[in-house]
Amino acid sequence: MPSCTTCMAPLGAPGIILEVFVFSLFNGALYGMLLFLLASGLTLIFSMMGVLNFAHASFFMLGAYFAYQIADHVGFWPGLIVAPILVGVFGAAVERYALRPVHRFGHVAELLFTFGLAFVIEEVVQMIWGKVPVPYDVPASLNVAAFVWQGLDYSAYRLFMLLISIGIFVALFFGLTRTRIGLIIRAALTHPHMVASLGHDVPKVFMWTFGVGCALAGVAGVLGGNVLGTEPGMAIQLGPIVFVVIVVGGLGSLGGALIASLLIGILNNMAISYDFSLYPIFAVLGVEREADGVLADLVNLTTGGIAPLVPYLLLVLMLIFRPRGLFGTRDV
Amino acid sequence: MMMPTVPSAQKISVGALLIALLIILPLIVNSGFALTVMSQGGVAIILALAFNMLLGQGGMLSFGHAIYFGLAGYVTAHVLNGMANGDLPYVPVSLIPLAGGMAGLFFGILIGFVSTRRAGTAFAMISLGFAELATALTLIIVFFFNGEEGVQTDRWVREEWFGITYAPDIQVYYLIAVWCVIATLAMYAITRTPFGRMSNAVRDNPERVQFIGYNTHRVRWLAFSLSSFFSGLAGALHAINLEHVGFETVGLARSAVILIAVYIGGTSHFAGPIIGAILITLLNAYLSDITPAWYLYLGLIFVIIVMFAPGGIAGLIMMHDPIRRAAPSLLLCLLPAYGTALCTSLVALVGSAGLIEMLYFLSTTTTENTLFTLYGISLDTADFWPWLVCTALAAAGVFGCSRSYPRLAESYGAAMHEARAAVAS
Repeated sequence: MPSCTTCMAPLGAPGIILEVFVFSLFNGALYGMLLFLLASGLTLIFSMMGVLNFAHASFFMLGAYFAYQIADHVGFWPGLIVAPILVGVFGAAVERYALRPVHRFGHVAELLFTFGLAFVIEEVVQMIWGKVPVPYDVPASLNVAAFVWQGLDYSAYRLFMLLISIGIFVALFFGLTRTRIGLIIRAALTHPHMVASLGHDVPKVFMWTFGVGCALAGVAGVLGGNVLGTEPGMAIQLGPIVFVVIVVGGLGSLGGALIASLLIGILNNMAISYDFSLYPIFAVLGVEREADGVLADLVNLTTGGIAPLVPYLLLVLMLIFRPRGLFGTRDV
Repeated sequence: MMMPTVPSAQKISVGALLIALLIILPLIVNSGFALTVMSQGGVAIILALAFNMLLGQGGMLSFGHAIYFGLAGYVTAHVLNGMANGDLPYVPVSLIPLAGGMAGLFFGILIGFVSTRRAGTAFAMISLGFAELATALTLIIVFFFNGEEGVQTDRWVREEWFGITYAPDIQVYYLIAVWCVIATLAMYAITRTPFGRMSNAVRDNPERVQFIGYNTHRVRWLAFSLSSFFSGLAGALHAINLEHVGFETVGLARSAVILIAVYIGGTSHFAGPIIGAILITLLNAYLSDITPAWYLYLGLIFVIIVMFAPGGIAGLIMMHDPIRRAAPSLLLCLLPAYGTALCTSLVALVGSAGLIEMLYFLSTTTTENTLFTLYGISLDTADFWPWLVCTALAAAGVFGCSRSYPRLAESYGAAMHEARAAVAS
């Protein structure tokens, strides 16, 4: 943990603080867009079926591992297309043959099933690819600096990730608001019985939504696996954060999911890259710099140190005081 | 009146038999390892029963139940250390688990108040949020949790009644056994009080309960607090047993294992969590030595139970109770169907376990070393035939199961039908 002098240093030099600000904004937005790719599918699945898919981040992990395997044999670009399709088909099959039969036992049983599935997928991944991270690398053609600014360069691959995820958001948004399929999906979110009475095959809509949601998580895995690291623990690290995103954004709200993803991504990155000491807050409360016991821990707190706490605090507070989230229309 | 109703003579005699078994078990199997396993089993039983007060009896799925277990463990370690260096007045170590229970109760009342305002999926997500918060806090608040090292302690403070020092493991086993019996009886008694019934009612139909005039939040909160008390008791015994508490006792992984154990054992019967706790302790102790893939098997068992037998093992056993009561001879008619189902399951198990073991072996070995011993047979995983045989066995087994289990269900239905006819006549 840096001492107070180093973490306060950027304040003295306006040039450095601006560039740290811009870069952590960029990286935060990037992380946020990855979260959004995961959250968009999850929020649709959750609000449509009432199933909190615990295994959603596991599909993200599968996307990364599939992409690694494909990149190993034929290269990155085919993997970008094939891996998400494989993940999507697997997701749809899981919905059709495993989740649907469990539906009759209720939502808690469904939640338990996806929880068990996440457990099993993690173990299977360890069984096939081992416990250590696999060398899934950024493609060489994009492993260059896109631009250099204030002496820091920004990787072309990160820019590419950002563009792809923005593209997917736009496509998803238009698909849901401007097409007939989108209309049926949105109707099935709120009035599944009415949609079924009008002659639509609601279970099939569920299955495809589940599949597409998993495929989107797979895209996030393909894009993010080589930056975040492809290892068996990646699902359990990201999974709970995605829950935070969909709860904060509001169930079934794509716009809410986008804003919550960006919010959490940027906040997290800012907190870690600035790593301000929180001592001034406690100093106001009259805490001595050389305190001991529990106060010593408080004095040494930095924003980077409490960054992992913030999303979960947000989750708990949101569920208790505003269960519909920022932009949701109904409670969790 | 909040008095529990008295159970039947049959249940009392089963309970007495189990208590007698707890007392004489260390005399029969007295190896050091077996004693450790039994001590862990006792702790697991208390924790599983406490967890089921929420999941089975209250319908609340918690992903953060290890919080109360772990925090109570930390408190116990600090209390023991405080007594040893004279900061705290001396209390016999035999009674220290109560301090852990009170710590669990304290955190349960605090966290329970906010999280039990919601039920169902929202409750589950809140508990997940608290689990992640607790895990993050263990690494931030060094003063209490001591970071990744955890807190070391010594259960030997001074000699107690009858010369008990808790130096030998056998004394710790009996400490755990006594508390396990007390906690089990207390939790069983709670299920038979009006409050226990209200907890079930809130699980099944909260709207109607509210309509009658009960406050569902308060019932859930009370259930949550009591459950945290017993989890804290288990945590304290865990700390006394291992003389160390680490940050992993609070984490999501431990909560996940309790959840899996309880669900496999069965949530809808009081004895279910006991079965689950014993099973998971035995698997953890013995299967983890045989195969590195035991977590995968555990996950697969859990998924299969969720999909096909949501009542768990206890539920499967209790399904046969009405038949046994009506006409025990009818159970014999089920034997052939059970036999074929068991055989097909075994074939499927042998085949798929063979595949899993070989895959695991390949992921951990070097490329040159492909010789592997499976079921006592030496084989070369670079060959084609071991894979072919295992795949064929697995496929045949699964196909057989898809035939044998519907037949089993059919004969079960027929036996039930006859049992009903026997009762009616």
